[in-house]
Amino acid sequence: MRLDERTRPDFPILQRIVNGHPLVYLDSGASSQKPRTVIEAMSQYYERSHANVHRSIHTLGEEATELYESARDRVQRFIGAASREEVVFTRGTTDGISLVAETLGRTLGPGDEILITEMEHHSNIVPWQLAARARGAHLRAIPLAGEGVLDLDAMDRLLTERTRVVAFTHISNVLGTINPVRAIVARARRVGALTLVDGAQAAPHLPLDMSALDCDFYVFSAHKMLGPTGIGVLYGRRSLLERLEPGRGGSEMIKEVWIDHAQWNDLPWRFEPGTPPIAEAVGLTAAIEYLEKLGMDAVAEHERALTRQAVEGLAAIPGVTVYGPPARERGAVAAFAVEGLHPHDVAALLDAEGIAVRAGHHCAMPLMRRLGVVGTSRATFSVFNSPDEVSLLLAAVAGLHSAL
Amino acid sequence: MSATAARGLYSDVIRERWRRPRFRGELPGASAVAEDVNPLCGDRVRLMLALEGERITGARFVGDSCAICAAAADVLAELLAGRSRREASALEAADLLAVLQAEIRPTRMRCVTLPLSVLRMALNGGRRP
Repeated sequence: MRLDERTRPDFPILQRIVNGHPLVYLDSGASSQKPRTVIEAMSQYYERSHANVHRSIHTLGEEATELYESARDRVQRFIGAASREEVVFTRGTTDGISLVAETLGRTLGPGDEILITEMEHHSNIVPWQLAARARGAHLRAIPLAGEGVLDLDAMDRLLTERTRVVAFTHISNVLGTINPVRAIVARARRVGALTLVDGAQAAPHLPLDMSALDCDFYVFSAHKMLGPTGIGVLYGRRSLLERLEPGRGGSEMIKEVWIDHAQWNDLPWRFEPGTPPIAEAVGLTAAIEYLEKLGMDAVAEHERALTRQAVEGLAAIPGVTVYGPPARERGAVAAFAVEGLHPHDVAALLDAEGIAVRAGHHCAMPLMRRLGVVGTSRATFSVFNSPDEVSLLLAAVAGLHSAL
Repeated sequence: MSATAARGLYSDVIRERWRRPRFRGELPGASAVAEDVNPLCGDRVRLMLALEGERITGARFVGDSCAICAAAADVLAELLAGRSRREASALEAADLLAVLQAEIRPTRMRCVTLPLSVLRMALNGGRRP
């Protein structure tokens, strides 16, 4: 049985009729839909167990704490982290990158260098701009080579003794490029730079193993991987997290507080000030359980087949340009342009047929400039998408020319 | 994609103005110029005005934008000719929609209002990002 045949009944939203057509949701790269188990786990938590975590000496508080902390264990196993202390809950990928940029930023000095790439999402550009500006550091970017892979020779030229951080995406949210994390990390380490990987597009799509990737920080969001909005994960190498001063203060992250100073809490709570997203952690647990039941290898294989069908089908339509590397070397992303049509008009016309795609700059304006376009249309795929849905997309795109 | 499906979204006026704009192009020697970007989509519109005293004698636009935004800019340029600065400042989205004869969904209203905000910038001295 194909993966989508198993999964589709689990997603209530797929019953929606949009503009007279059954919903074809091809925008999971922006935010995925949720299986019933995730929705129900969160409702049940609110109906049965909700209380604040950690210091509530009552039954519900204990239940909530247990659920919240067991989400951490679940994430640790899902990403192959060495210990639960390495799993910090955030509000999402952007928040995780900001947390690291703020925290590491304070260790930077004038003339230090931060290296990002030309294919980053704004979330992995702007926090570093802020950090660099505050400390007089410089921000540089690894350029693209050819069809949308990183130019690692250029990276070698850009790495210097002053490079302190290399921050890059695991999978491009536009090109779908799967970057060679280990190779980039190894190069960065040669000059003593720390590495942060933006895993927003990878966590829903690929099996993850932090010990194999070997990066110092890895961040992702729950809402792109069948989980709820409002929670994300920051993986940080334990020896590093232990050294870093927290950049954000509040409750939960302290052991003792005096008027003029405080003693920090242990890891990972040191980096989790305030009441955390508890229901969202419960939802994330359910999302991981769902993905693990399918098996991440099977998820990757299913999405790869859909992506290949889309990339090859789109490229065969006259007047359509597909961006990024060949289908076999990319994540579940197909960004494309239709000659003579603006991406927003493409998205609006497809929406009239019930097909939801993303259109615009995809929060990657430097990449758009590099590609020489204002924006693109983008279809992204998840476990519930079917080959029939990709065929509907291809037929609709093929008919766009006469529509406007 | 059927043309009927598109007709629900894009009025005949929008389609016509998108295909054959009447006021798209440079305006050499323009007295006021402004350009802005829609942060939601990256659409860009530059508006150029020819002024004689307080009166707008001509307007042209260039830009990289969707059909709705381009049609709105084209209609705006047409409406501007012959108006005083004050009359031009008073133009609203409703004036453009009346000509476009389209029901624009809330998510696309920024496509209609971008040319208007560029006009206000131009009348207030102009700016290029």
